[in-house]
Amino acid sequence: MQKIPDMLREHPFFRDLAPADLEFIAGCGENAIYAAGDYLAQENEPADYFFLIRKGRVAVETYRPDRGPICLQTLHDGDVFGWSWLFPPYQWTFDGRAMDQVHAIRLNGKCLREKCEAEPRLGFQLMQRFARIATERLQAARIQLLDVYAQPSPLVGDRQ
Amino acid sequence: MIPQMYRIEHRQEEYPGTFTLHLSPEQDDSDAFRPGQFNMLYAFGAGEVPISMSGPESRDGSLVHTIRTQGQVTAALERLRRGDQVGVRGPFGNGWPLEIAAGSDLVIIAGGLGLAPLRPVIYSVLRSGIQTSRVRLFYGARRPAERLFQSELERWMQALELVQSVDHAVDEWQGHIGVITDPLQAAEFDAARTVAFVCGPEIMMRFCIRTLRQAGVPESAIFLSMERNMKCATGHCGHCQWGPNFVCKDGPVFCYGDIRQWFNIRAL
Repeated sequence: MQKIPDMLREHPFFRDLAPADLEFIAGCGENAIYAAGDYLAQENEPADYFFLIRKGRVAVETYRPDRGPICLQTLHDGDVFGWSWLFPPYQWTFDGRAMDQVHAIRLNGKCLREKCEAEPRLGFQLMQRFARIATERLQAARIQLLDVYAQPSPLVGDRQ
Repeated sequence: MIPQMYRIEHRQEEYPGTFTLHLSPEQDDSDAFRPGQFNMLYAFGAGEVPISMSGPESRDGSLVHTIRTQGQVTAALERLRRGDQVGVRGPFGNGWPLEIAAGSDLVIIAGGLGLAPLRPVIYSVLRSGIQTSRVRLFYGARRPAERLFQSELERWMQALELVQSVDHAVDEWQGHIGVITDPLQAAEFDAARTVAFVCGPEIMMRFCIRTLRQAGVPESAIFLSMERNMKCATGHCGHCQWGPNFVCKDGPVFCYGDIRQWFNIRAL
């Protein structure tokens, strides 16, 4: 059976991290499997974990009373879900729901925060990786807001 | 050029406001076209619009055009029904460089209506008109119901690697939710072998090009179909001038390496 450090090494989020750091982080991780419909996280609940998705799809959702759950984004193999564990008040801002069977590595945020405080060099590396993910998600959200496919090009003359 | 008369054989609603016309010539002297070229479609009493071919190359001169209603002429075309006449001038433009795609890992990136000019490329690939080592289609749309050629997309899943992404969807949707650059970013590219054909809203193409470049795909291997205000389609009126190029005559397909400096000028 594959060990947690090996799983971490294979995940794109931890690509090129030093083996010693992976071993250090692995102490906060465990293997987790979710069935379709299970929640990995629920809005306003304590954000004690984050997830490295190894296989499967996770819907990042919010809820509107008049429309029910609204999926904002889907995450897939190789993606990361969750950064609410990094900042107070350590609560989830969105739901995370498994859309099919999800295999993930669940990392304990509190454990990792303590390790990062004890080892600031590792903390900086982790923050760099999360900052990159957050930037990519922000950019994607901005493009999504542009509603580009609905936009008729005003100068096209109509070529389609 | 005088328009040739065509008749509508079949009309298909893709989704509200977007439809496909299947046309057959009234005379048997129509020209063959290359995937990526366009025709000027003449709705009598309303005017002409440039519309890309969205169907297969045919021996009998029949044509397929997929059109979104967004102006007076396209609204007039939308009102036409089976048996009605349409004037056709063309084909115009250069088309996709299929010969460059031969032997490559072909990445086709389409956004919204941008799948229409790329469908003839997919037909060419599927009937082995061009031999590629790998074919991937990334298709982004607003919603699942606002995708073109939905029954064909189902079939294409068996024949090529298809990644679909929509901005909004409900539970039954099996593809990605989010922007098309997300799955593109997650994809692995053999940068030296990749050739990319991109067509969609210009802003989408801009972000896709950025993602392709980050993956190491060279500028010379990225081709995009541009849209500008084309009127005469023969490079005389100047409406579609774009830097030193006329989109109707020198394009609409351009190699990104050749037009990068014009692509990034905001006023053009």
